[in-house]
This record gives sequence, structure tokens and C-alpha cells, in this order.
Amino acid sequence: MVKKIYSTYPMVKYLRREALPTALCPGCGGGTVLNAFANAVDALKIDPRDLVVVSGIGCSAWIASPYFLADTLHTTHGRAIAFATGVKVGLPDKKVVVISGDGDLASIGGNHIIHAARRNVDITVILVNNFTYGMTGGQVAPTTPVGAKTTTSPYGNVEHPLPIAETVAAAGASYVARWTTAHVYQLIESIKRALQVKGFSLVEVISQCPVQFGRRNRMKEPAEMLRWFLKNSVPVSRARNMKPEELEGKFIVGEIVSRKRPEFTDELNGIIEEVQERLGLREG
Amino acid sequence: MIVRGDEPEQLGLLRKLYKPGNYFLQGNEALSYGALFAGCRFYAGYPITPSSEIAETMARELPKLRGYYLQMEDEIASIAAMIGASWTGFKVMTATSGPGFSLMQENLGYAVMTETPLVLVDVQRSGPSTGQATKGAQGDFFQARWGTHGDHPIVAISPVSAQDAFWEIIRAFNVSERLRTPVVFLFDGVLAHTREQVRIPDVSEVEITYRRLPAGEEDARLPFGDPYGDGVPPMPLFGHGYFTHVTGSTHMENGLRDVYTPEVHDRLVKRLHRKIEKNRSVYERNEEHFTDDAEVLVVSWGVTARPALGAVLRAREEGIKAGLFVPKTVHPFPGERMRELGKRVRAILVPEMNLGQMRLEVERYVNDDVLVRGVNRIGGVPLTVDEILREIRGVA
Repeated sequence: MVKKIYSTYPMVKYLRREALPTALCPGCGGGTVLNAFANAVDALKIDPRDLVVVSGIGCSAWIASPYFLADTLHTTHGRAIAFATGVKVGLPDKKVVVISGDGDLASIGGNHIIHAARRNVDITVILVNNFTYGMTGGQVAPTTPVGAKTTTSPYGNVEHPLPIAETVAAAGASYVARWTTAHVYQLIESIKRALQVKGFSLVEVISQCPVQFGRRNRMKEPAEMLRWFLKNSVPVSRARNMKPEELEGKFIVGEIVSRKRPEFTDELNGIIEEVQERLGLREG
Repeated sequence: MIVRGDEPEQLGLLRKLYKPGNYFLQGNEALSYGALFAGCRFYAGYPITPSSEIAETMARELPKLRGYYLQMEDEIASIAAMIGASWTGFKVMTATSGPGFSLMQENLGYAVMTETPLVLVDVQRSGPSTGQATKGAQGDFFQARWGTHGDHPIVAISPVSAQDAFWEIIRAFNVSERLRTPVVFLFDGVLAHTREQVRIPDVSEVEITYRRLPAGEEDARLPFGDPYGDGVPPMPLFGHGYFTHVTGSTHMENGLRDVYTPEVHDRLVKRLHRKIEKNRSVYERNEEHFTDDAEVLVVSWGVTARPALGAVLRAREEGIKAGLFVPKTVHPFPGERMRELGKRVRAILVPEMNLGQMRLEVERYVNDDVLVRGVNRIGGVPLTVDEILREIRGVA
């Protein structure tokens, strides 16, 4: 049956077949994210030879690496964006994409994501937020909602989640959007926008982890989690007129920021040209 | 994009910018110019004393050579960025000091596992922890060897002067490229900040090595295999349409992860070791003075090798048959040569600015009937000729 799915799935041309089937649990939102990313690449007619996908550690890091058929760099925990910065400087004409989880990018990698946004380096980050550390056994994350139960918050989480998309927007990113895996078409559109933006772009995807998170929070079926996302999603435009207490526990979805700012590799190359000119080093 | 550093355009730029001749340079500056001559066109770092002048020199000079200086948010990001850049074809370098070196260790292991060429300069300073931030030391001998986790091979090079730093950093790049492996460059705060005469050569005097690239798509399919039998696979760079998968997890020859099969891990990690062991001639280099007839052997490295030479010369004047052995590549330790020398001498002194790290390596290769004694000083002040001479007299 597995074989049949692969032979009829139109996006299979973008997958590294020898790495299939995926290691993702049944019902995981990772498949939706991979599908949305492949559809965005397909819609934009991006040649996968012009893509480098970088990821960190954890379930979500696996979504595109190794499964997406491109140059893929699977790095150390939390550091994907820093690796990707080096790749982008070396290959300014390629699309450099980071796909990883909330534990990876918003916790241990928090410093890197805000500084990459500040530099506005031309990288697209797809941050898959499932509120937990899935691969290590469902521990509390910096994105876990208040009161949620995890293996390391058995009596309910007392910490407040980090609004990572808003943080990255404040740090200076060119484009930031948030969707859930229940908003597939909007998600594809946002990934397309992000891939086309010259500058740092982030698409946060609220994603279900029924096995590690849902099960401990009375949502063991993937569909229950998707219904939870839909019921609690608030469009950005509406959220602007809502009070903080009304937004407690809600998912603000839509485009949070979209603006033009000078891009990092462009600026570096600008400096090089300026120095070459000033010192009369340019050939011919 | 610059991938070699020895293209006519790059050589032209080097000639235009750096006229051959004698200059009065700090160790850190000499090292930086060496890196530029070696073809380094990407530097990612985070400032830390006593390494900062390397970052400052690279920031000033790299754009002149169409290269890139990135000041990252921390040391972890710095080595991460340089690994990313290395996979696009750049020759890359970072410089740091003890605490920063500690932070880089995880990704140094990643570079070993993914066979990523890079040069990591550690300008050693006094520790542990913040220690004496501005003082030199030689306490990272074992951090270079065993700082990252797992059974890993490493090559570490250590120069003895500013002039030596210029040439040895070029060698570090060449070894790194030739063996597709990270190379640690153990400098120290004393040499880093000492100004002395350095001759900048013409570019034609500099030999440049570059990593082996795949001959074609077939060759690129096994980026972690051993098609040439020397343990060094060709490196398929990103952006060339090879669809290369790179992971720090245990991987098969094609790059795909397999962390369950013991044989896969065994084959990979043992090849990484074999690659370094078998290619000793690529990186082993020692300096020897009067070792032919020495009865007392001084074994020293880095900054301390210079007063050690002074002491040996003075001892010779006094009629003491003293000799000096200086490993320039300190890891893998030149054990075979050490064993040969150890058979011929009565006593061995190991002066260094730590509490006896290299002495432990020396002892591993010398029989019990040879007296091995450390000459150690910590606190940031280098050992003097007189102090080492006194110890030589003591065992002569």
C-alpha cells in the first residue's frame, strides 16, 4: 500500500525515495508541512537544485531532511539558522530554507533566530510548533501553553509560551506569518510568499503532535487537535482589536509582518564592491 | 564565487595588496595574512581576548579580496556558519580563545563527523573559566584533542613565532583541505600579542592545496565513501545539483542516516580514524635541534619552544649534551619519533605553560628508565631561558 501512495502522490518527485517511508508518527502534522512545502516549491517552479534545506534536531527537523530531494544539511540541535547563514553567504543565488521545530528554533536556537532576523539574511524558516519536545519524549517546551501537561510538567505548565512569530517580527524579519496545519491552503500561500521575499522570512506552523502532546492533554486523536486549532484561531486583523486577556490561549493566524528591508548578503556584497572601487582593485 | 583562492584574479589581488618584504607584525596579524594567502575567504567569529586582532584584521582585509567577514552572535553560531560556508566551497576560518573554544566543541565534532574542512584557531589563554583573560597559556592541549564527545580523530598544529604562524596556518588549511577534516590551530596569548619581524613572501612561494571534488554525478553519490583508498572521499559541494545529504548522525556512504546498524557506525568512525592515521606524512612536522647526540632532551611546543631553544643553546655552550624536540603538529602526537628519541636519552624535560599536559603524551612513549620531568609555569608569564637552563643543569 505504501508503494501505491508513493506512485500516485504528485509531489513524490520532490522526495528522496530511498529515505521513505518517513519516520513520522501516524497523525503527525509533519506530513502536512512537507506536503505544503513541496506544493509551494512546485507552484513557484523552483528547481530543487536551487534549494538547500537546513534543519536542526528533533521530529520536525526530519520533515525535509532527509526526505526532500535537495541538498540537505542536518545540523546540531538549535543551530540550523547559523549553519544556513553560512550557506546563504556562499550561495546567494540559491533558496536556503530552514525547517525545524519549536524546541530547536525557539528554545536552544532562540538567539540565532532573532539575530538572523535582525541581519535580515535571506533565509526562509518554517518553524513547526507542536508545543513540545516530541522526539525526546514529550517534555515541556518554551511554546507549551500555560497549564498543559507534559512529561516534565506533570502538574501543568506554569511558564508562559514565547510568541516566537511576534518576537522574530520585532527583531526585524522581512516577512512573518503564522498558520496551523488546519489551514493548508493559506499555509502554502504563505510559504510561497516567504520563498519569494528577499530577506528573512518566517512561517510558523502550529502543528499537531497527538502522540506526545495531544494524548496528555485530552486530544489523542489528530482530528481533535485540528479542531482545537480551528476553534481557537484568530485572524491577525481581528486580533489587533482584541484585549490580551481575550487572546489568552488563542492562535493568531495570518501575515504578521511583510516589509522591505536591506538584505544581509546584498549588504556584504555591497561593501565588497565599495572597497574594490575605493582601492582601485577591480579588474578591467 | 571564490572556491579556491589560487585563481589568477585572487593571486593578482594578493600581489597588489601585500608587497613581499619584511614587516613588523603581531602574531595575530601574521596568522591572519597567512590565512589570506592560504585562500581563506570566509571568516565567522565572535570577539574574545586575546584573539580579537585576528577578527579585526580579517574584517579589514577580506572585502579587499572579495571575501566575507561575519561577526556572529556567539561562538556556536560562528563555527556553525563556517561549516555551512565550507559546504558551499569556501575555505573558512574562525579564531577564538579558551571559553569560546569550549562553546565550539559540539560543532567541531560535527565537522569531524561530516568531514568538513575548516581551520579553528584557539589563541590559548589562562583558565579554567574566565581565568586570566588577557594572559597567555598552553592549557588547551587536551581540549583540542578530547574536547568534543565520542571517539574522534583530530589534527592540531601549533607554531612557535609570528613568522611561523604565517606559514603554519597555511599548512593548517592545506591539511584541512587535503584530508577533508577540521584542523585546530593552537596559538597562545603571548605569541598572539608579540610583535616581531615577519617576512611576507610572494604568492608564488605559497603552495595551496584544495579539497578533492567529485569527478561527476556518480562520484558525488558516495560523499562519505572511500573511492580512492586513502580514506578521503570527494566532497560534493552544495549548489551543484548533487542532492547531497549531510548529517552529524551516523551515516552510510551515501550520507543517509543509519544509527541502528553497529557495522555502519564502526565502518564510518574507523575510517575517520584511518584517514588521519594513514596520512601522517600529510601533516606530521617536527623541529629538532641537536637530537643526534643529545643526552638530555627538551620537548616543548608553541610559545615555550623558544626559551627552550635558548636554554638548549646555552647548555651546549656549557658542554651539556642537550637537544630540543618541538612537535609542530601536536595531535596526533609524533609518538613514533618520540619513542626513538626516548631510547637514546637519559632525561627528558617538558617545559610548557600548563601543569604538565604534553608531558603526559611524552611519558606514553618513553620507557620507565628515562627520567621525564615537567617544567611548568602557570599565571600568564612565560618560562625564561634561565629557568629552563637551570632544570637542564639539574638533570645533566
